[in-house]
Amino acid sequence: MTSPWTQSEISRREFFEKCAETGAQTFVFGGLFLTTANLRLPQEGERAAAAGKEPDQAIYGFVVDTTTCIGCGSCVRACKAENEVPDGFNRTWVEQYTFFPNGEVIVNSPMGGENGFPENLPERNLPKELEQLPVRGFFVPKLCNHCTDTPCIQVCPVGASFVTKEGVVLIDDERCVGCGYCVQACPFGSRFLNPDTMCADKCTWCYHRITKGLMPACVQACPAKARIFGNVSDPNSEISRILATNRVQVLKSYLGTRPRTRYIGLDSEVV
Amino acid sequence: MNHFVTEGYVLPNQMHIYWTTMIVLYPYITGIVAGAFIISSLHHVFDRHELEPVSRFAMIMAFAFLLFATLPLMAHLGHPERAFNMMFTPNATSAMAGFGFIYSTYLLILAVEIWLLYRADFVFLSQNARHPLMRKLYWLLALGVMDVSPEAKALDRKVMIFLASIGIPAACGLHGYVGFIFGAIKANPWWASPLMPVIFLLSAIVSGIAMVLVCYLVVQWVKGREINGACVFALIESVWYFLIIDVTLELLELLNHAYMANEDWEILKALITTKLFTSFFIIQILLGSVIPFFLLGSVVVFKDRISPSVRNAFGAFGGVLLLMQVAAMRWNVVMGGQMFSKSLRGFLNFDVEIYGREGLIVAGLVLCLPFVTMFVISRILPLWGPLSTFPKEWMKEVVPERKPLKGYSKFS
Ligand code: SF4
Ligand code: SF4
Repeated sequence: MTSPWTQSEISRREFFEKCAETGAQTFVFGGLFLTTANLRLPQEGERAAAAGKEPDQAIYGFVVDTTTCIGCGSCVRACKAENEVPDGFNRTWVEQYTFFPNGEVIVNSPMGGENGFPENLPERNLPKELEQLPVRGFFVPKLCNHCTDTPCIQVCPVGASFVTKEGVVLIDDERCVGCGYCVQACPFGSRFLNPDTMCADKCTWCYHRITKGLMPACVQACPAKARIFGNVSDPNSEISRILATNRVQVLKSYLGTRPRTRYIGLDSEVV
Repeated sequence: MNHFVTEGYVLPNQMHIYWTTMIVLYPYITGIVAGAFIISSLHHVFDRHELEPVSRFAMIMAFAFLLFATLPLMAHLGHPERAFNMMFTPNATSAMAGFGFIYSTYLLILAVEIWLLYRADFVFLSQNARHPLMRKLYWLLALGVMDVSPEAKALDRKVMIFLASIGIPAACGLHGYVGFIFGAIKANPWWASPLMPVIFLLSAIVSGIAMVLVCYLVVQWVKGREINGACVFALIESVWYFLIIDVTLELLELLNHAYMANEDWEILKALITTKLFTSFFIIQILLGSVIPFFLLGSVVVFKDRISPSVRNAFGAFGGVLLLMQVAAMRWNVVMGGQMFSKSLRGFLNFDVEIYGREGLIVAGLVLCLPFVTMFVISRILPLWGPLSTFPKEWMKEVVPERKPLKGYSKFS
């Protein structure tokens, strides 16, 4: 007769052994899974392109010329119509900067500049007698910078944010869990959670258009040629010529995100 | 989604606050887990015997809170049905993707540890519980492992110590990691800081110990049972030390911001002196840190010269203030970071939602669930000490007095 003690002694040892075994398996397979899962992510295309594996691959770039923007808001309207951007959110927007003699800078962007800007001066909380005429002012169109080292792709827990082989940063609506982490991680306020899809949303440089050889909607709509889009890996393209003959800046360069959207005539007040 | 009142220039997409009450609750809940677990381990691994009356409860509390740590996260996702993609297709570079793995590892460690801690009790109860159904339940809980020989218990203890030695770093990891989720966001100057994980961890420990302290005192008062002075003192002492390091680091971080005075300091200064003035200076610092520092400090300094009732009262009141402090700290970090625009030129006002998926009512309910769980567990297992503290009427036989085993004295 086997005593109940010996029996359970065995089962207890077996139990621990099973635990250890399962733990080890989880560890090994989990590790393997993580590695392969990472390899599946779409960044690969970008890495291959960067490594120069496909020399003919188009790499897109965007230049905003702040010196020519007239603040009409055509681009914002075109974008909203083209991409069905919900009210209260913007894939692209225009900011107005107004400088006063006392050093004050007023920035505004009513409805993202969708309806242009009012002709009267921006409101300041000053008594009438202190009203001054501004010394200078300009408009700055903004959109996703399609950063090369993007914090938004870095933080996405499910790999729903990715970069295409053309260098365009996109979001996969089928994968996005709507956590909003990328919205927090984008230093430029380019992203938002779309209340219709409950997914992250942002400018795509009109990926559905540019892959068919068309221009992004905002570029096509701009009457002042303040927005220039093209293939920067083609030395004969318009954008390459502009980049070769202008001094350009990027937004928040100190954050090291290496934006692909570059600015001509960027003022230090613009953040 | 809500629209918020804005002042100054706020970027158009930032007119909304995306992370609200639920994301405040999430670090709060995980924090309590870390603190409670550490208290329990102090007893089980580092032989702080005076903590014995709360050590089992602390472990169960850690478990109960951990069970619901993911709930607020789920509640705020736009697509909760895809939540598990974080574990199926994780993005290795994402700070958030690790959560599921760290969380489940820790839950597993905790569950096994509790099982080992209560195994001998399960065995006893599976034979001695009054109700036959309960006996079945205990047999199930014991997973059919009925060996309670001294050797078996010795092995249990070895495994427990081993698990606790993984568990402590895991608890620290779990919570330090929550701080990292915020600290690693370079886009937000109020969050981006290498100190963030450390501060989150320390305040987690503070809140966990405070919760154990408050619950212990309240339960003993309600039940009219005797309060163990050495235990209360040990809890007060440890929470006081952790509080000092925690608040020092929090203030150092702020001082660092102020002294470096980078381009973002202007807006951060305006943030803490206007939007966050009440929740930061009044609640977090004055009510939540300075007052408990003196209350609990006087208990620690005047150890034997203070009467037990005063000590317990100071402990309970100080503990409640600390729980509030840590909640305020989470609020100030999570909400504070979203109350100014990344344009560094404008603010948003945030009014707390009451109803709705991320409102206060849901938050309160989520916060109640761990307590409900603890209550249910308290019907099945003795939380406040060895089996002999368990209601006699639920058992057939009187529990034998504990005969301390040589070398393994702490396990009945
Ligand atoms: S601008 Fe923002 S959303 Fe666009 S790529 Fe850069 S970090 Fe990502
Ligand atoms: S909101 Fe979507 S795209 Fe953004 S980080 Fe979360 S899952 Fe990724």
